[in-house]
Order: sequence, then structure tokens, then C-alpha cells
Amino acid sequence: MSIKGRVFKYADNVDTDVIIPARYLSSSESAHLARHCMEDLDPGFATSVRPGDFVVALANFGCGSSREHAPLALKASGVSCVVASSFARIFFRNAVNIGLPLLECPEAAEAASKGELLEIDLGSGSIRNLTRGCEHRAAGLPPFIREIVAAGGLIEYTRARRPAMAAERGIPWMRKGALCDTL
Amino acid sequence: MPMTMTQKIIAAHTGAEAVEAGELVEARVDLVLGNDITAPVAIREFEKIGAQGVFDRKRIALVPDHFAPNKDIASAEQCKTMRDFARSMGIEHYFEIGEMGIEHALIPEKGLVLPGELVIGADSHTCTYGAVGAFSTGVGSTDMAAAMASGLAWFKVPKAIRVELSGALSGWTSGKDLVLHLIGILGVDGALYESLEFAGQGCPTLSMDERFTIANMAIEAGAKNGIFPVDALTREWAASVSGRAYREYSADPGAAYSRTVAIDLSSLEPTVAFPHLPSNTRAVSRAGNVSVDQAVIGSCTNGRIEDLRVAASILRGRKVAKGMRCIVFPATQKIYLQALREGLIEAFIEAGAVVSTSTCGPCLGGHMGILAKGERAVATTNRNFVGRMGSPESEVYLASPAVAAAAAVAGRLVDPSDIFPAPARTRANKEKA
Ligand code: SF4
Repeated sequence: MSIKGRVFKYADNVDTDVIIPARYLSSSESAHLARHCMEDLDPGFATSVRPGDFVVALANFGCGSSREHAPLALKASGVSCVVASSFARIFFRNAVNIGLPLLECPEAAEAASKGELLEIDLGSGSIRNLTRGCEHRAAGLPPFIREIVAAGGLIEYTRARRPAMAAERGIPWMRKGALCDTL
Repeated sequence: MPMTMTQKIIAAHTGAEAVEAGELVEARVDLVLGNDITAPVAIREFEKIGAQGVFDRKRIALVPDHFAPNKDIASAEQCKTMRDFARSMGIEHYFEIGEMGIEHALIPEKGLVLPGELVIGADSHTCTYGAVGAFSTGVGSTDMAAAMASGLAWFKVPKAIRVELSGALSGWTSGKDLVLHLIGILGVDGALYESLEFAGQGCPTLSMDERFTIANMAIEAGAKNGIFPVDALTREWAASVSGRAYREYSADPGAAYSRTVAIDLSSLEPTVAFPHLPSNTRAVSRAGNVSVDQAVIGSCTNGRIEDLRVAASILRGRKVAKGMRCIVFPATQKIYLQALREGLIEAFIEAGAVVSTSTCGPCLGGHMGILAKGERAVATTNRNFVGRMGSPESEVYLASPAVAAAAAVAGRLVDPSDIFPAPARTRANKEKA
């Protein structure tokens, strides 16, 4: 499945405080987060981003706090994938866990400029820059993470495994209808 | 394959004999932590899993600290979501205001983390507990939700950077100066996906409070965790907070490290991180003429009793510079009370500082001391990103309690030893070391 969209380009160390400032954290409602996404770094972002667009950045994207509001805000803004030279650790796992696709590809990240058109194939990791006519390939996600993403995120993954966990691991509270016996 | 300390703790929680760097594993968690910002999201996600209860009502900790005492209606709702969930699930470790504190000071103080344990928290500074020789790391709300249901979390086993400490701190230098210096060397992503493993004969010279400060900021170098070896001081600390049994782990001889950074503690100077990155460090003696509007002393990084003692030793009998604000926020109720008994609170108030209840408040630009456009703060907190403490056009300089207190008196960044005679290091651990 490939997605087309425009590039919103940023530099190194885009932190979670600029992706969604703490002053907006008293609500985790999507529309609210989308409205203030990237506000302190790129005040025009929220009004100009369109569904399918990409955020492309250099190293250490999403550094800072563990707030899941950051990937949620990007997802709520319609961003279909974040491409970066590298990701901060917690941002990476949060994005996987909530189902915001991301690709790590320094070459593609450096090559892209604001406003250019990309076509990304999440399955193969191919990133085609339609404006420049070049293509780069991101390293694929490890199988375990692909499983979580394929399930639709960690919650769905855990829910799907619930009966198995109840049986194999003897975790009774994972059984539907069971009472938590630690209570 | 020889393993690092972190890898051994992870392996012990997966049931595997050994784990290797880069491997993805699912591990059992000893404690799952959340706060008033991250837990409400986690609770909403938890409900979607459809589990009938939490995996263990004694192994979840919920701390309303960021916007508590409730700063507005929205945050009141968030705290209420957490309170209601704690009640309905029978969660034992829910800390209402009155007994609460900033989570990363509170959790160790309550004895909820001990050496060798594995803790995840939906807060990036969960790495603080590496100070006691535990593996602890920050995760997101969804991780928290899944772990509350299953007691499990997925990890990529980290490589490690060895931080070899020698010598001992002197004068006004502290654990904060060490960690700022280290982040300056590594950069904000220098330890990305890796653990920072402290080693060397400099370790036992650091007090527990200093170790907490250092491990707290591991994330600021991008690290998954920062961990200290367990020693006599750790054991003494553990016995003072909990009677629970625990297991000690240490790195195998010959464990692989991606690099080693050697730091001589005696060579450090009071250090400050300039805006807008924690890695933007320099010795405060080379800071130039930087005037400040507000000094903030506290947080999960430097809101412990030793930090308050140092700040009070500078502020006692002096005055906060005219036109300058100084805000002190002890990290927990217990620390607050201790500071009160020791006369530190009196020293702060007489100097013209305000003392806030235990809350994250100003640290994240939440409440209790927001900066206006163009204002500058020196803070003992851990982040100085754009807009971190208020207006996107304000600035935050990160420093130790000594530097922040000296700045409060001088009205600008100064090396404390320029104005105040450096104390002999008489902390308890010095004699023990
Ligand atoms: S004091 Fe600051 S860094 Fe620590 S938990 Fe609170 S907001 Fe986070």
C-alpha cells in the first residue's frame, strides 16, 4: 500500500515540547491536539497539513518527554508517516504502539525539502521523492514490531492475545468475564 | 556471552538464560507507573483491552503530580479519572495530594523500587531508579495500559556505554554538574537506544541523592536507562525504605560496551546548560554576563533533601536579588517536612524565596511559575527545550541547586565559589566511601 503526500521538513532534535506543548496536555482529545501540533516550531503546520502528508526530519525526532500526545497529535493532524534520520526511543515505541507509521532513513530524510511530493510504500520501505525523481529504501521494521503494527497497535495486539495469555501464562484476569483474583 | 548489568536484569525478567543487544524481548515488570498526564490516556486504552482487572493491584503506582493540586478544570478531570480508576481496580499505590510528591522522588522513597527490579513508567524520567541498581525506563501510555493488563512489556535489549568515574566531587560541584557534563560530551542523542552504565571507584563517593539526579537525566542523552552498581550505600538505603527482599546484579567481566567515557569527578566545575538543549553545556565560570529573572529549585532531578540543604546554605542570611523571583519546590511531602524541621524552609522564606507544595508545576511550564516572553530562568530541572517553562520566547538554563541559589542572590549566572566559600564536602557518604 503506498501513500502520497507533501513534505513538512524539520531539522535535528525535534522535541515533544514543540510537537505538542505541555500547556495543551490537559486534554488528550484528537482535534484539540491536532489544532496545536507543532505550534511552537511551525505555527502554520496545523492549518496547512492535509491528510496523507509526511513529516520528515533529521536525527533524534521526538526526543524529550514520554507524552504519547506527541505521536497522537501528529496522527490526528492527518500525518500518514514520519520519516527521520533517527527517532528518540520513547517516541519510536509510542508511535508503534498507537499505529503511527514511521520509517528510519537518513538518505531520504536529508534529500527531502519542504513542499516536495513523496510516495511511500510502508510494506517495502520504499520512499520515492516524486519532485526530485529519486528513491530511497528504509530498513524494514523487525518482525515482532511488524506484528504489533499489523494488529493495529499494542492494545489490539494484547486484546487478541488475551485468551492465549489466560491459558498459557495462567493469567486469569485476561479471560473475558473472569474476576481479577488479586482483588 | 557476558552481559551488562542492564542486560542481566532484563534476562532475569524474561526467563531466558541470556539476552543479546538488539534482541526484542517481552519481559515481566515489577512495577508500572503513571501520572496525571499519561495515566488517563492509559486508562482509556486499558479499557479497550477488555481485561477484567489489573495484573496485580500492588504493582501499579499512580501519582498525580504534574498539574496537581489541580490547576484547572481540565486537570481536575484528569486527576479524577485516575482516582476513580485506582479505586475501582483496588490499586494500592495511588498517592493523593497530602501524601504525594513528584513520582520519581516518591517511588523510591516509598520503597516501591529496589535493586534488580524492572520498572516501566509512562514518564520519560522513570530512568531515575537506575540509581538504586534497578532497570527502569520510560514508556508511553499505551505501554502502560498493556502492562497494567498483562504485567508484560516489550523491549529492545540495549547496548551500553560505560561511564567510568574516578576521583571525587569537590567544592560546589555535584551530581548535577557531572550529568550535565556527560550530556555535553554525549549530545542529546549520543546514547540513543543504549544504556549508560556507571562504573569505577568514583561511584561509591556519590550519595544516593546524587545518583538519583544523575540517573534521572540519562534520558537527556537519549539513553534507555542509566544504572549504578549496587554498593554498601545502596544496601543501606534499600533497608531504610523497605523490608522486601531483592536481588543484586552486576555486569559480567568482559561485557561489551559500545564505548567508554572516562570522567574524573575532581576535574568538574559547576556547569550550566544553555538554551535550548541539555547538551549545550559550559562551565558557569565561562557563562558570561547572563542576567536571570527566576531561579527554580526543585523537581525530580534536584528536589531532594541534599539539594535543598545546598540551596539553603547559600540563601540563608542573604536576600534574593531585587526584582528576581526564586521558587523552591521540594519533591515530596516527606522532603518538605524534613526541610521544615531542619529550618531550610525558614531560610528560603527569609531570603525572599517562595516555597511551593510538591508538584511538577514550573518544571514543565504547567503552573506555579510560568515564564513570560523574553524571561530567563535558571532551573535545577532537566529540560530546557523551547517553551519548556512557559513562553516559547523564554529561556531556561539548567544548573545545580548551588548555581541556581547563587544566581538567585546575584541576579545573574555566577560560579557560586566566586561569591560564597565552597563548603567542605561533609556529606555522610564521604566518610563511608
Ligand atoms: S519534575 Fe519535571 S521532569 Fe520530573 S516528572 Fe515532573 S515534569 Fe517531569
